[in-house]
Amino acid sequence: MKRRRGTMRRERLDRGIKVRTDSVYAVSGWPEMAYLALPRLVLILGLLAAPFIFYFNPYWQRVLSIICIYALLAMSFDFLAHFVGLVSLGGAFFVGVGGYTAALLNTELGLPPLLTIPLATLIGAGLCTLLLLPCLPLRGVYFAIVSLMFPLLASRIIEALNILGGTDGILGVDGFASKWVEQYVLILAVLLVLFGLRRLAGEDIGLVLRGVKDNDQAVKASGLNITTYKAIAVFIASAMGCLAGACLVHLYMWSGISQFALDFSILPIAATVIGGVGSLVGPVLGCLILVPISELLRDFGTLRIAVYAVILTAFIVFRSEGLMLYGSRKYHQFERWVEF
Amino acid sequence: MEIIIYGVVNSASLALMALGFTLVYGISRLPNFAHGALYVLTGFATWLLLNRLGLPYILALTGATVLIGLVGAAMYRFILIRIRGMAISEIIASYAIGLALLEGMRWGGLKGATFILPAFAEGSVSVLGVSVDWQRLILIGVGAVLVGLLFLFVHFTRVGLALKGMAQDERAAMTLGIDSDQMAVVAMALGAFFAGAAAVVLLPLGNIVVESGYNVLIMAVAVCIVGGLGSWTGAILASFLIGFAQILTVVHLGAHYQVVVALLAIIITLILRPSGLFGRQKELEERV
Repeated sequence: MKRRRGTMRRERLDRGIKVRTDSVYAVSGWPEMAYLALPRLVLILGLLAAPFIFYFNPYWQRVLSIICIYALLAMSFDFLAHFVGLVSLGGAFFVGVGGYTAALLNTELGLPPLLTIPLATLIGAGLCTLLLLPCLPLRGVYFAIVSLMFPLLASRIIEALNILGGTDGILGVDGFASKWVEQYVLILAVLLVLFGLRRLAGEDIGLVLRGVKDNDQAVKASGLNITTYKAIAVFIASAMGCLAGACLVHLYMWSGISQFALDFSILPIAATVIGGVGSLVGPVLGCLILVPISELLRDFGTLRIAVYAVILTAFIVFRSEGLMLYGSRKYHQFERWVEF
Repeated sequence: MEIIIYGVVNSASLALMALGFTLVYGISRLPNFAHGALYVLTGFATWLLLNRLGLPYILALTGATVLIGLVGAAMYRFILIRIRGMAISEIIASYAIGLALLEGMRWGGLKGATFILPAFAEGSVSVLGVSVDWQRLILIGVGAVLVGLLFLFVHFTRVGLALKGMAQDERAAMTLGIDSDQMAVVAMALGAFFAGAAAVVLLPLGNIVVESGYNVLIMAVAVCIVGGLGSWTGAILASFLIGFAQILTVVHLGAHYQVVVALLAIIITLILRPSGLFGRQKELEERV
């Protein structure tokens, strides 16, 4: 149909399967079940099959692992920013703490990677939560700035005091037993975190956390301690960051101050913005797009940072909705042109 | 004596770095995280004008500084204005622009030790028994002159008064016919101009390197947070506080700790008193 400007507008209608609110559906048969399950299955099966797809290409298998690491970080950012209202610009801090913890556990105590990763996740998350605890009452811009300072401070202190291997970092960390273990640990972690967090957001605690984001005074007035809930949220988010950091250290068999570098703070944010904020799937999608781009640009050195900074700016300024929300709107709604 | 003189020099350079940042935040509430990038960009532009086009030094300096003012204005007018008022988007977008500028410059050839601007005047003089090179003295002078000019501009010109009005109460300013978008563009141009001015007096003291962009940003943020975001008196006071603290740590602990002092100052200030020494924010806006 030819559209005439000015007299037509696009009308959007929800599909009949969707009942009133988001995520409540009236399903009446297999086709509709399939309609709902399809996007989820594509993601799950796609990720699980990916190591086989790149079977003959070890380089891209490694890229897949890195995608998963960034996806964990991006989901951690998304969870904190859009489910709790704490915008953390210092995702690199979680990576660094988790990475150094895993490296120390491995080299000093000689624990195997499959033991150091869960331990580093828990210990690192505890440490991060403890260190961020005094900053939790801060709101908005103030929390963002203070969280940006943490990774910078950590790397400068390691440099200045020359502890933890100083600028050389900790060498001689064990790698994964095989690349299959490496990839499936990461892929399963991403899927588990993704669906776990979506579940969590629907539970009581998820409601309280969203309340903290929307109106913390109201939550306070209901007799709940905001700081406790924020601390729980930071623990969850930093656990994801530390998990990513620990895997990264075993992936590169090395831990150093570059783990506090800006890459780990800015790329997850870019992925979240591109993929769609507040959806948790969006960040994963964003990483699936951004990380390969950044790998393809590796030959151009620092140009890749410039490129994803430009992409990030363009999305945040011109398309702040993100790909995921755009896509799900197209999937769940009819569109047609009507005259008015 | 050395501590006092170098403390003053260090404080003046911190104040120069922070002035543009606090100006923009004070007027349009935009935390301009591209500040450090604008600083380095000026240095690079000056170097290009000086060495590629062969302009005389003084012309290259003024040209680059004015150019950077325009770049700042364009950045605000075409990009940042669309997300005005969304604090987090503003931080992320301006930071991303800064990152793109800095890493773009690094890719475009700004690395290594070949990028040096000549000092305004060679040699050094002895002040109260301590030898200080001319560049550092000029730096203090330029800092004082810029602060003075800014004061006069804000108190005695129409545009300056409009800016001040907007900083105090944007809605009231709008009812009096002040176009807040236009003023925000002017503020951003001024802020970028000050970043440029800081760059041309500070960069002859060392090489032009991309990393200094990040350091300048950290220092500007540190000074502004300790002084109170958007407060000029606070910023100047805080730059003296941090400036002397840094010199003392260099003397007693070592140069490595210089940045650690600034970062710790930010974190401690934010935890204890987020609005800083002279901030005007409401308690409830900043913490629960």
